[in-house]
Amino acid sequence: MTLLLELAFAHIRGRARQTLVAGLGVALGVGFSIAMAALMQGSQDDFVRQLVDSMPHVEITDELRAPAPQPADAAYDAVAYSGLRTSEDLRGILNPTAVMAALEAWVPGTVAPGLRSRALARNAGREAGISILGVEPDREVRVSSVAGDFVFGSFAELAAGGNNVVVGDGLGTLLGAQYGDTIELVASTGQVRSFRISGVFHTGVTARDEGEVYLSLTNAQILAGRPDAVNDIRIRLDDPAAAPGVALRAEALIGYKAVSWQEANEAILEALNVRNVIMYTVVAAILLVAGFGIFNIVSTITFEKSRDIAILKSLGFASADMRRLFLVEGLFIGALGSVLGWAVGYGLCLALGFIRIDIPELGDATSLPLTWSVWHYAISSALAITSAAVAGYLPARRAAALNPVDIIRGAT
Amino acid sequence: MTALIEARNLVRTLPATVPVTLVRDVSLSVEPGEFVALTGPSGSGKSSLLYLLGLLDRPTSGSLSIAGHETGDLDERDRSRLRLSTIGFVFQFHFLLPEFTVRENIEIPMRRLGRLSRPAMRRRAGELLESLGLAGQFDKRPDQLSGGQRQRVAVARALANDPPLILADEPTGSLDSKNSLQVFDILRGLSRDEGKTIVAVTHDLDLAARMDRKLDLVDGRLVADTATAGVAVT
Ligand SMILES: Nc1ncnc2c1ncn2[C@@H]1O[C@H](COP(=O)(O)OP(=O)(O)O)[C@@H](O)[C@H]1O
Ligand SMILES: [Mg+2]
Repeated sequence: MTLLLELAFAHIRGRARQTLVAGLGVALGVGFSIAMAALMQGSQDDFVRQLVDSMPHVEITDELRAPAPQPADAAYDAVAYSGLRTSEDLRGILNPTAVMAALEAWVPGTVAPGLRSRALARNAGREAGISILGVEPDREVRVSSVAGDFVFGSFAELAAGGNNVVVGDGLGTLLGAQYGDTIELVASTGQVRSFRISGVFHTGVTARDEGEVYLSLTNAQILAGRPDAVNDIRIRLDDPAAAPGVALRAEALIGYKAVSWQEANEAILEALNVRNVIMYTVVAAILLVAGFGIFNIVSTITFEKSRDIAILKSLGFASADMRRLFLVEGLFIGALGSVLGWAVGYGLCLALGFIRIDIPELGDATSLPLTWSVWHYAISSALAITSAAVAGYLPARRAAALNPVDIIRGAT
Repeated sequence: MTALIEARNLVRTLPATVPVTLVRDVSLSVEPGEFVALTGPSGSGKSSLLYLLGLLDRPTSGSLSIAGHETGDLDERDRSRLRLSTIGFVFQFHFLLPEFTVRENIEIPMRRLGRLSRPAMRRRAGELLESLGLAGQFDKRPDQLSGGQRQRVAVARALANDPPLILADEPTGSLDSKNSLQVFDILRGLSRDEGKTIVAVTHDLDLAARMDRKLDLVDGRLVADTATAGVAVT
C-alpha cells in the first residue's frame, strides 16, 4: 500500500499547481459549509433556547389524550363513535396535591401547579380578553421565564397576600393602567373582583404581554369559582432534552395529557430539520462541484500517465491496483482540501464572530449566533471525501480498464 | 524437464467488421534456459505473440501454459500475479517511471511482490545494477541516463523478481550498435549463466544467429523453427 501511495504522490507532485487549485476548490466548499453550518446551528440553537426558556418543558393539563371509552364500545363490537371529544372537566386535575407529590418524587426539576382560566380585564371603560394563570409564586419563579422579564415588581408580590395581579406592559397600555393602579377582572362566571397591579413584565412576545395575567393560585381559584382546582402543572427540567421521556412517564403515571416542549413545537422542530436537510443538500452540491476539479486532475493524470499504467500492468500490477492508485489520488486531493477547508471554515467563523448587529429597536448590539461543533467539520469533510472518492473513482475505473497492449504498441 | 512455455494452437483475432488475425494457430514449446529469437517481417505478429506469451493479452483460442500454470482459466488478478513472479518484460522503449530513481524503479516490482524485506530489496537492486554495469547510477533519474543505460535499467527491472522467463520485444531496437551488443551480451549471459529462458524479438539476423533457436513468423503464422549456433532444439 505504501508503494501505491508513493506512486500516487509522485503523480500529484507532478501536477502540484493544479492539485492546489482543486484542493482550494474543496477547501472553499468545506470552509463555507463549516461557516454556514455554524451559523445555521447557531441561529437554531438560539431559537430553540428561547423557545425552551419561554415555555414549560413539560406541561400537564386536565385533558385526556383520548376520549373516555364508551360503555357501548365495550359491549358491542359493531358500535363505533365518531366526533367524540374529551370533555373539559371543571374539577381540573383530580386530587392535585397527590399528583404534585407523585411528580415531585422523581421529576429532575421543578414542578409548579397552576389554574388557567379565561377572563376579561377592565379599566376606565376599556376591556381586554385575557388568560389568567393562578400560580404559587415561589415555585413559579423557578419554572417561568417571565420571572426574568419583570419591569416592575416580581412574582413575590403575589405571595404577599391581598388582591395583587401581575400583568404585561402591553395590557397596561391597552387598559391605560400603570404599576400600582387597580383594575377589574371579570371571570367567565360573571364574578368581578378588583386587583392592584403589583408587577409588570415585558417578554417581547406581544400575545403574552397583552394577554397574560398572573394571580396567586388561591385568588385565581376564588375568581374562577373553582376552589382547590388545578388544571395546569408545568415542569421545568434541569435538562430540557429529557422532556419527552419525563412527559411519557408522567402521563403514564397520572393519566392526564403531558406534553413536552418538543411535542408542542413539533412543526417548528420539523421545519428546522427541513432547514438542515436543505443546508446539507446545498453543501453536498457545492462539494460535488468541487469534485469536478478533482475529476479533472485525476482524469488528466490518467491520460498523461497511460504509459506508466501500461508498464505497471506489464510488471504485474492488476487492474484493481490501478483503480486503487487513482482513487487514492482523488482521495488525497479531497483530504488535502478538507484540511485546508477546516482552516478556512475556522477563519470564517472567527470573522463572522466579529460582526455586530446593531438594530436599535431590538436593544443592545448582538453578534451573530454561531455554534462550534466538531460535527460540522466532520460532516463537511465526509461529504468532501465522498465527492473526492466519486471524482477519483470514475477516471480510476477508466485507468484500470486500459489495455496495456494498446498503449505499448502505440508507443514510439 | 517440463517446458516453461507450452503454447497450443494460439490464435489472436481482433474483433472488428473485418476481423484482423494477428496470430494464427501458433504452437510452440520452450524449455527452461533456452535463448530464443523471434524474427519475421514487420507486421508479422511478433509483438502480438509476445504479448500473448507474457499474459498481457488473451488468445482468441488455443491454450497456453506458463511455468506449469494453465493460463486459460486464470482471472486478471491471477494472471497479474503470475506475470509479477514469473515473467520479466523488456520493450523497445525503456518505460521507466520518470519520477523515480533508477533504484526505486527496480524496487517497484519487488515491492509489489513483497517477497523480500525492504533492505533485501535495496541490496538486490544494487547488485542487479552493478552486474549490469550501472554502479554509481543508483540515485539518478531515468532522464539523466543515456539510452543504453536506460535499457540496461529496464533489463534490471525485468530481473527484479528473479523470473524464470524474460520476454524482450526488440530490446536493442532503439540503441546504436555498441549499446545493442552490450544489451545482447547481457541477455546472452542471463541465459547461459543463470539459466533464464529468454524469448527476444529481433530484426537483427546476426544477433538471431547467435541465439539458441530461431522462430520465424510470417503473417501471424510460425513458418520455421530452427536450431542455431549448434544448440539442439528439444
Ligand atoms: N489494434 C489493431 N488494429 C488493427 N491492426 C492491428 C492492431 N494491432 C496490430 N495490428 C496489426 O497486426 C499486425 C501484427 O502486429 P505486430 O504484432 O505488432 O507485428 P510485429 O511486431 O511483427 O511488427 C500488424 O499488421 C499490425 O498492423
Ligand atoms: Mg513489433
